[in-house]
Amino acid sequence: MKSWLLTKDHKRIAVLYLATVTLFFFLGGAFATLIRVELLTPQGGLVSSETYNKLFTMHGVTMVFFFLIPSIPATLGNFFLPLMIGARDLAFPRINLLSWYLLVIGGLLALFAMLAGGVDTGWTFYTPYSTTYSNSWVIATALGIFVAGFSSILTGLNFIVTVHRMRAPGMTWFRMPLFVWSMYATSLIQVLGTPVLAVTLVLVFCERVFHIGIFDPALGGDPVLFQHLFWFYSHPAVYIMVLPGMGVISEVISVFSRKSVFGYAFVAFSSVAIAVLGFLVWGHHLFVSTQSVYAGMVFSFLSYFVAIPSAIKVFNWTATLYKGSISFATPMLYAFGFIGLFTIGGLTGLFVASLGIDVHVTDTYFVIAHFHYIMVGGTIMAYMAGMHYWWPKMTGRMYPEGWAKLSALVIFLGFNLTFFPQFILGYLGMPRRYHVYPDEFQVLHVLSTAGASVLAVGYLMPMIYFIWSLRYGALAPANPWGATGLEWKTASPPPVHNFDEAPVVTHEAYDYSTVMGEVIEVG
Amino acid sequence: MATERVDSVKTYAAVWIVLLILTALTTAVAYVDLGAFSVVAALVIAVVKMLLVALFFMHLRHSTHLTRLVVTGGLVWLMILLLLSFADFMTRGWVGVPGR
Ligand code: HEM
Ligand SMILES: [Cu+2]
Repeated sequence: MKSWLLTKDHKRIAVLYLATVTLFFFLGGAFATLIRVELLTPQGGLVSSETYNKLFTMHGVTMVFFFLIPSIPATLGNFFLPLMIGARDLAFPRINLLSWYLLVIGGLLALFAMLAGGVDTGWTFYTPYSTTYSNSWVIATALGIFVAGFSSILTGLNFIVTVHRMRAPGMTWFRMPLFVWSMYATSLIQVLGTPVLAVTLVLVFCERVFHIGIFDPALGGDPVLFQHLFWFYSHPAVYIMVLPGMGVISEVISVFSRKSVFGYAFVAFSSVAIAVLGFLVWGHHLFVSTQSVYAGMVFSFLSYFVAIPSAIKVFNWTATLYKGSISFATPMLYAFGFIGLFTIGGLTGLFVASLGIDVHVTDTYFVIAHFHYIMVGGTIMAYMAGMHYWWPKMTGRMYPEGWAKLSALVIFLGFNLTFFPQFILGYLGMPRRYHVYPDEFQVLHVLSTAGASVLAVGYLMPMIYFIWSLRYGALAPANPWGATGLEWKTASPPPVHNFDEAPVVTHEAYDYSTVMGEVIEVG
Repeated sequence: MATERVDSVKTYAAVWIVLLILTALTTAVAYVDLGAFSVVAALVIAVVKMLLVALFFMHLRHSTHLTRLVVTGGLVWLMILLLLSFADFMTRGWVGVPGR
């Protein structure tokens, strides 16, 4: 126990993170379950309106700040970034451990707020509601997010320095696996964006506690200033959530079609382009605030540019499949799910980024469906792809392939049944954040809740068979997929110092001619 | 890394005194009515102080290009925040909204 809590080994810290974010995922899932059950009937009888407000707030806060943001970077990134560039650890192992403690402390603060009475502002904390009117645990929750934010900054800093200084001999920038590129781009956003969120939360604190006029018009402030500051972080933050997933997908698509990723450099640079452009579009969340129409037009225009690098990735993954030797292993099934669902999420992003359409669908279930297609259909699909792909390496055990394929299918179907009806609901005018609604929406809500039940089963299955496999799974060889990355050139699980002898890199990232002998099964 | 140069105690003391003088100056300027230029004056002094701290106390003068790039990046990002936010605040009257 002590050896775990004081470990400086990036692999063990990754496992600590994995346990932590999994707990938060199930906590957030519990809130989601309550929301979906409540929405079964139009009258809204199960919980009071106050409780309902708290449920969707705590669902959002838990899922965004304590699950999705740390999910792929802090678990898979922590475990594999050093391995993939041939390093023995991250650049700052102690800071890595510190960042896990910060996430735990922030999480406990938020948890305390939830148990003490909850918070009801929405995960976006819009002012002046959050600073003046809400009687819930705003400060404690904000403090928890503030602390967890530093965890995120430190992880990003650690990764950036590691990529710059710890690459193995021969591991040039353009030989790095694309997952490393995407983690690098993500880290840039974490370092450049998160401090602004921290400042914003401090300002909320100042106004709420000391009545210093910053956001409240009655005190001489401007409530839209809050939205600017919040979304300056939170739009880029949606890319903190999805870029790592894109990195996982690049790895998986390449391995299971046994081809180098089409247009490697374009995919690598598109990650960096997304990181930069992602900072220029936040005003598309303010179209119906009192933001000026001129600014609305500028932000709408800029939003279309973010679609370009995302589209480059989707087209290049598809082109990678072309004439590839494709095998439908579980990670690949999840990757296919990712591509389709991310595309739907991204394209509906363009819908809501156009001023006229957004006036119609803003704050409706259309927006809810849009971002769940990306955050759940995209990021969690990619997270599952990565977990299955790297599970043998992390644990030394294989997961049961049949069950895993079944769960991928169940999750895909459950996901679409949950969220596709929400596009229609939103288009028909069902607002988000209400639990009482007109009768004619009930059918679609019931379908969505039914889907959520299927989805829940889909997520519980991997939970069970992963734990089962720790004991009963077949022993994993060093390179079960015939993959090219350095992480597969060491034992499963890797020894404490990662490599018995320091690796020297002589090939491009996805040169399958180098692993011909290791290929176990093709097709 | 270990070869990083450090300035002499004398330089640090001098910079510190200049910072103190500038702080006093900020306070003094606040008592003079310069109209719209009060803000300009305060900001100019603040920028000078920031530069002194970054160049001397944070050793930017002797840092590598990469470190300078990081600092410049931070400043550029701050400019993005200000520029695009003001693209809203300065233009609220420009284009009307029917019915508002
Ligand atoms: C790629 C990953 C993306 C993620 C994770 C994501 C996530 C989100 C989230 C969380 C919201 C809702 C925030 C809230 O009001 O609570 C949202 C809304 C929005 N998204 Fe996305 N989004 C992504 C991509 C895009 C793209 C590519 C565009 C357009 C270029 C876009 C445009 C919008 C717009 C305009 C809204 C505001 C809609 C409204 O409130 O009326 N999104 N997105
Ligand atoms: Cu956005």
